[in-house]
Amino acid sequence: MTQHDDHHHHHDHAHGEAGSELPDIALRVRALETILSEKGYVQPGVIDAIVETYETKIGPRNGAQVVARAWSDPAYLERLRQDATAAIAELGFVGRQGEHMVVVENTPRQHNLVVCTLCSCYPWPVLGLPPVWYKSAPYRAKAVIDPRGVLADFGVALPAETAIRVWDSTAELRYLVIPMRPAGTDGWSEERLASLVTRDSMIGTSLALPAGDAA
Amino acid sequence: MNGAQDLGGMMGFGPVRSEWNEPVFHAHWEGRALGLTLAASALGEWNIDVGRHARESLHPADYLSSSYYEIWTKGLVKLLVERGMLTPAELEAGRSLQTAAATKRPALAAANVPAALTTGGPCDRPVDHPALFAVGDRVRTRNINPVGHTRLPRYARGKTGLVERVHGGFVFPDTNAHRAGENPQWVYSVVFTGPELWGDGADAGLTVAVDCWGSYLERV
Repeated sequence: MTQHDDHHHHHDHAHGEAGSELPDIALRVRALETILSEKGYVQPGVIDAIVETYETKIGPRNGAQVVARAWSDPAYLERLRQDATAAIAELGFVGRQGEHMVVVENTPRQHNLVVCTLCSCYPWPVLGLPPVWYKSAPYRAKAVIDPRGVLADFGVALPAETAIRVWDSTAELRYLVIPMRPAGTDGWSEERLASLVTRDSMIGTSLALPAGDAA
Repeated sequence: MNGAQDLGGMMGFGPVRSEWNEPVFHAHWEGRALGLTLAASALGEWNIDVGRHARESLHPADYLSSSYYEIWTKGLVKLLVERGMLTPAELEAGRSLQTAAATKRPALAAANVPAALTTGGPCDRPVDHPALFAVGDRVRTRNINPVGHTRLPRYARGKTGLVERVHGGFVFPDTNAHRAGENPQWVYSVVFTGPELWGDGADAGLTVAVDCWGSYLERV
């Protein structure tokens, strides 16, 4: 799949307003929005509300809070293990593409990596919308056959004795990786811990940041 | 179906390239495409499995050369045309040329967007029989190649693994995608070793968990 289609479009360009050039797909989507709005299938303000939600309200900072709480509170971690959907809902993160959550914990013995080889399944309420690479062919093809190669693409090398478990999200379960807590973070507040938890560390293509990188 | 969406184990795509500080949307139209897809699905004319099948039914060359929101847009157009909610002539004209068809549910109002996103679409369902398999059971995936929708990837067909988790009952996508009913079944996380999936020489430290509906599995 092309990752930068806006910049490498070789079809005929139609000329949009103010002399700007829009690729065919942008024009097609605009036509679709016009038609569906005229027919009443799409009500005014709906698209804006959806876009705003995923641009500003729902993203990987949500998941980082879950991980920081799991690192700090053994009772919370246990609740995550028993019923992740309910435990994540305690922090207010619920809804579309997070209806059935499962957490998987990294240890020195096993590293977890999440993929959806068949489409783009991803836990939206805790991580937001997936990045392009997660939805694209290279990752979906390689993750299940060569996960160490994927980790190398992300600059991560695990010890040879660390096993790798790949979770292919083929059903409606959505997986959140709890990365290993970095050394030197004893006694830290959840807020400070959360600043070490990256999106990629919760997919499993990376590790949590070292203590020195804290915000 | 054995379409281009079933990518696990394919080679030749090159390295995974992540983008530093990636924006949520790379262009204005991507956000509009997402919003249109969610708003249209709220009309109740298709379910999530019908939607996935529309995308994976694209010609493989089209699927692999399209960005993800292009795939979504093409899938959405296909569904709207199928349901008589859009005509190719309208898309060409860029405006509505005929009155709207009746839909199962009313259009989503802007005020209801937060509630709709918060509720989502849970797919767990009661099943009228006890689970067929228990944690620790050895199972083999069936070698199926349906022309319709399935969520059993090619790389995991005819393979032996261990049941590691029993997740409960869920809508069965293979029938739901074809409007043939939800037919809920138990779903299990089945774990396969690297060598079982990929043969001699595969990473012995690799295991892959695939979520499988009961009818994908047989006892070994």
